[in-house]
Amino acid sequence: MKAKTRETLIAWGMVLPALLVISIIAFLPLFQTFYNSFFDASLRPDIEKRFVGFKNYADLFQDPRFLDALKNTIFFTIISVLFETILGLLIAVLVNQPFKLRGAVRAAMLIPWAIPTAISSQMWKWMFEPSTGIITKLLEALHMIKPGVPILGSPQTAMWAIIAVDVWKTTPFMALLILAGLQLIPEELYEAARIDGANVWQRFSKITIPLIQSTIGVALIFRTLDALRVFDVVFIMTRGSVNTETLAVYNRVLLMDRAFTGAWFGYGSALSVIIFALISVFAVIYIRSLKIKLE
Amino acid sequence: MRKMSVKTKRIIYNIVLTVSVIFVLIWCIFPFYWAIISSLKPNKELFDPHPTLWPKSPTFSNYVKVFQERPFHVNIWNSIVVSGITTLVTLIFGSFAGYAIARLHMKGKSFVMILILAVSMFPQISILGSLFVILRKMKLINTYLGLILPYVAITLPLTTWILQNFFRDLPREIEEAAAIDGCSRTRTLFQIVFPMSAPGLVATGLLTFISAWNEFLFAFTFMQKPDYYTVPVAIALFAGRTQYEQPWGQLMAAAVIVTVPLVVLVLIFQNRIIAGLSAGGVKG
Repeated sequence: MKAKTRETLIAWGMVLPALLVISIIAFLPLFQTFYNSFFDASLRPDIEKRFVGFKNYADLFQDPRFLDALKNTIFFTIISVLFETILGLLIAVLVNQPFKLRGAVRAAMLIPWAIPTAISSQMWKWMFEPSTGIITKLLEALHMIKPGVPILGSPQTAMWAIIAVDVWKTTPFMALLILAGLQLIPEELYEAARIDGANVWQRFSKITIPLIQSTIGVALIFRTLDALRVFDVVFIMTRGSVNTETLAVYNRVLLMDRAFTGAWFGYGSALSVIIFALISVFAVIYIRSLKIKLE
Repeated sequence: MRKMSVKTKRIIYNIVLTVSVIFVLIWCIFPFYWAIISSLKPNKELFDPHPTLWPKSPTFSNYVKVFQERPFHVNIWNSIVVSGITTLVTLIFGSFAGYAIARLHMKGKSFVMILILAVSMFPQISILGSLFVILRKMKLINTYLGLILPYVAITLPLTTWILQNFFRDLPREIEEAAAIDGCSRTRTLFQIVFPMSAPGLVATGLLTFISAWNEFLFAFTFMQKPDYYTVPVAIALFAGRTQYEQPWGQLMAAAVIVTVPLVVLVLIFQNRIIAGLSAGGVKG
């Protein structure tokens, strides 16, 4: 056998275990989800599977609970990603300045990211508790909320509280990524601009922003596709009550709670496909932006 | 506007900088700090309508109760086993795949890499239902393996991508020298490439471990008996004796117990983690 052929064989042998696992655990179920979305199906063995074509999809768009979840998900995504990007950029610029203990501050910024979402959601839930929560106390003292109205129990505030947790968890991390981009900008550029008399804002808008545009773009797309599938924080903070239910939370109710009692499994699968399609749009842009050329 | 002197400007800059830095620090650390403080407070202080920033009479009773009144040690053990084995398997599969993609002659490399990366963008919810059915058929619901397999699949993409980048940066000459000395590909891989990559493997392994340790949706769906709950599920479903009584002190103690080691690890490996994450997308 030629050496090159042999090497190719070895190479395929080496990627095979990885490909096998993701085929069985990710691609096969994905394919089945597509397939099931055209059926009336249940997880109860006595309910028979019946082909219904696109009926599940048509029904979904008549389902007010789905439409609300879609609206909530889009609202959550736009607001949280917007805050995370703006604050992330500001913090990145901040920790790029020279000051004492800069390393310690950057390290502290990893803490919100490292804490499991399930756990940080509970930590925040404790701070949002009515009457004893520290944030409740603070907001009451500032007259920003009426005393006695639970933050996580009212439709006006619950979604904002959930967004706050997501922004808290993700912003520092976003900042560290943008910081990595900032550090690649040569100091001489700023020096030259300063000599030419450019002020802080001019230097920021004419040098910093254009040079980190692509870093921010990539982070932004990734955050968007991550926000569109949000589950943990919503589920733990409100279980999707008071108009906070997102697509993923509703989807789990259909697939795991209702599918054991009635023919909801196909309907749930249709929703899964819609979430997948929604996210794929951003995933394709993201993968393209990585410019994978390995040959 | 009157021109400010350079000195005044300097002072204003320093004040703004210091205030902003303190604000960012408090913002990042406060929820964690508050969990620690709350876990040390006795119930009377915990539900005091005027909370204090420091426990007046600190107690460890919440830390004792969290193991006495519920099987939290079992949950920790479950998480260690599942995340540990996931990390090991993912590192093995990921480094093989990563090395092949980085170094070996192979057509369709980009395609393979894109295929693997695409999985990291799958919304987990989209495969949840069908995966549940598959695992149920294989009788893997409520087993460690039933959680490890999905975890390997969802952590492999990032691991492979980071390791692939890492292997690519290793000096090629060493491997070529080994080949000239008659060292086989396999031996080169095990005796030269992997030992040389130890730091990268450790940092990548840590990232894998953290994402498995933190995962909630799959664990919550595929582990349906409290004895099999992993830490995030146990904490999310933390319940008191009655529906209306949430044992917040215990809950915060549990949260602190499992996050302190994580935070310490992250602080130790911070530089490598940041480098690894910037190289491999933004999976948080």
